[in-house]
Amino acid sequence: MPATTNQTEKQPDPNANQGMQFSTESYLDMDLLRFLTCGSVDDGKSTLIGRLLYDSKSIFEDQLEAATQASLSRGDERMNLALLTDGLRAEREQGITIDVAYRYFATPKRKFIIADCPGHVQYTRNMVTGASTANLALILIDARQGVIEQTRRHAFICSLLRIPHLVVCVNKMDLVDWSKDVYDRIRGDFESFASRFEITDITFTPMSALLGDNVVTRSENMPWYNGASLLHHLEHVHIAGDRDMIDPRFPVQWVIRPQSDEYHDYRGYGGHVASGVFQVGDEVMSLPSGMTSRIRSIDIGGVGQPSAFPPQSVSIQLEDDIDISRGDMICRPNNQPKTGQDIDAMVVWMAEQPMVVGKKYQIRHTSNEARCIVKGLRYRMDIQTLHRDESAENLRLNEIGRISIRTTKPLFYDPYRQCRATGSFIIVDEQTNNTVGAAMIIGPTT
Amino acid sequence: MTTTADPNSRPYRLTHLKALEAEAIHIMREVAAQFERPALMFSGGKDSIVMVRLAEKAFRPAKFPFPLLHIDTGHNFPEALDFRDQLVAGLGERLIVHKVQDLIDQGLASEDPGPFPSRNRAQIPTLLHAIETYRFDALFGGARRDEEKARAKERIFSFRDEFGQWDPKNQRPELWSLYNGRSRPGENIRVFPISNWTEMDVWQYIMAENIEIPSLYFSHKRDVVRRMGQLVPVGDDPFGPRPNETVEHKTVRFRTVGDMSCTAATESPAATLADIIAEVAAARASERGARMDDKTNEAAMEDRKKEGYF
Repeated sequence: MPATTNQTEKQPDPNANQGMQFSTESYLDMDLLRFLTCGSVDDGKSTLIGRLLYDSKSIFEDQLEAATQASLSRGDERMNLALLTDGLRAEREQGITIDVAYRYFATPKRKFIIADCPGHVQYTRNMVTGASTANLALILIDARQGVIEQTRRHAFICSLLRIPHLVVCVNKMDLVDWSKDVYDRIRGDFESFASRFEITDITFTPMSALLGDNVVTRSENMPWYNGASLLHHLEHVHIAGDRDMIDPRFPVQWVIRPQSDEYHDYRGYGGHVASGVFQVGDEVMSLPSGMTSRIRSIDIGGVGQPSAFPPQSVSIQLEDDIDISRGDMICRPNNQPKTGQDIDAMVVWMAEQPMVVGKKYQIRHTSNEARCIVKGLRYRMDIQTLHRDESAENLRLNEIGRISIRTTKPLFYDPYRQCRATGSFIIVDEQTNNTVGAAMIIGPTT
Repeated sequence: MTTTADPNSRPYRLTHLKALEAEAIHIMREVAAQFERPALMFSGGKDSIVMVRLAEKAFRPAKFPFPLLHIDTGHNFPEALDFRDQLVAGLGERLIVHKVQDLIDQGLASEDPGPFPSRNRAQIPTLLHAIETYRFDALFGGARRDEEKARAKERIFSFRDEFGQWDPKNQRPELWSLYNGRSRPGENIRVFPISNWTEMDVWQYIMAENIEIPSLYFSHKRDVVRRMGQLVPVGDDPFGPRPNETVEHKTVRFRTVGDMSCTAATESPAATLADIIAEVAAARASERGARMDDKTNEAAMEDRKKEGYF
């Protein structure tokens, strides 16, 4: 069903974005925030995204015109904002969002990457995909409906993927007479079930995406709400602290060895810093060899750096010529990841073919590749009720469970709750080559 | 622009451009490690020039572990070809040129019928022919998700079957920064390291990194005609004016550089990068609005991608 056809929608105000002034300096001094939108078209998600994009001037006239033309040819009465965001022919034909779409907008403070995810349960894998790289998630609730099954599922996935910040958007407040009571009840409902999840930062915002209340500017219809508008929150939420700057982990991705006389002795280890900080002069250890050395230099494209931190991609040279190759992990002698072959993980299954206990799969973990055998399924979790079914024998598409695996070689990992980059791996089917599972490491199998 | 943290203000901060750069470097190294025979698609346009700079960041002081590949339609702006040759000479990297004209001569591709001389479709068999000839298993492209709505749904590692086809409903999930490049012989992937960049990000990066780009992007005098509401450059045959068209001499620049046959100019006095950035910021039309090839129908890009287009 098209999103906005049967609603009276205020058309975007063409003058709304004139106040958003950039200068050349501000362009070169912006942060990056990746966020996820969870909800279905019925919650007003497309309207909200459309408004953020339009009010930040990220929709161009020809795109607006194309969507207007398409709306008219479909017989819609007014411009259907969902047509701006639904990119595939099948999506437009069926009026649904199937896959994650990435959208971009910027304000003078931040550049934003939106992972626009479908909300229905059959697209859980798509939402998990979008959630894996997000710093923040918007969960949309229709104020008339309150907290529903879908809300719980979305909140659970956000907590499973450990998205550090959550914003609960209580939308369509205009349809409940801007009622504080309705908002308070929804907020209370959400807080009571979310207390079971590991979510550290939750913000609630009552809004009307359709009318623009509390999206970019504060609402005048809800004087009882003292918080910031959504955009203000997105611009100011503190994200620098989301990274682990304590535990240095550098998975070696590519060895840079120039075959030239000038750089005869150059041997750089290319990779991106998964967590922690590395400084020139630091004593480091390479796994699995256990050999130690010191950092001689850190550079990006030949330009020296005093330090490297996440998520930088750098090249590191060591003082000593020790044997290091792709898949090895550089860390500190007194701060090492766990090493092991028997690992428990939460896994989201992403393929039509069910996960089979006893089957062998390929896995990709940091820059490492290995094979594994699924030794057991501890339980399957019902994502609606959070009930753990310990008698489950397999995991089907979109199902989530705790598995135990044994790998062909040791992995150097941290629990996912400590470090997303060293605590995650993907499972690949060796016959089809498809990515069939997304896994978050709990720890060694006990 | 500084590349390191300023200890006096916000330590270990990464601006959005540096974060995007780090992501692109990571993707390029991942391809180098996972594939036997990658190549970097190079058109001479600003996005592919940025890709070359990112490859330098990923692999210097060593050589690139892949060649550059140019699919030459024969409809290039002469300025873009000159620029390409100059850049490659300075880089010291290998350039492979595969020509649409050669495929046409061999009967493996044909000119588009109709009044408009476009070789847009003929690029597809030429590209696939290059992939077969050199047995490339991965190709880097400079496409961005903000360009077009079919692209907004495409993975960074975009899997293609032996016919080069993209199946939008059967894409591999792509999580965290873990990229699955497993493929069978004959299959290949297209990789888009700057997927998450916008047009503005590209311009900002060009300015921040002081990257040289073809003169076409800056304001200059040029002969153009008005065709279907756009300013179309005219040149020697087959790019001459049509009957009833009046050639005008205007101050224009190009916001995107594709073939002469499908790229429209915009009237602009923007002579510096700062001017261009100000102009892009104020623009009310999208970049691909100047690409006549996307206007055919609502799903034009999706359809071409399914056939093997980038």
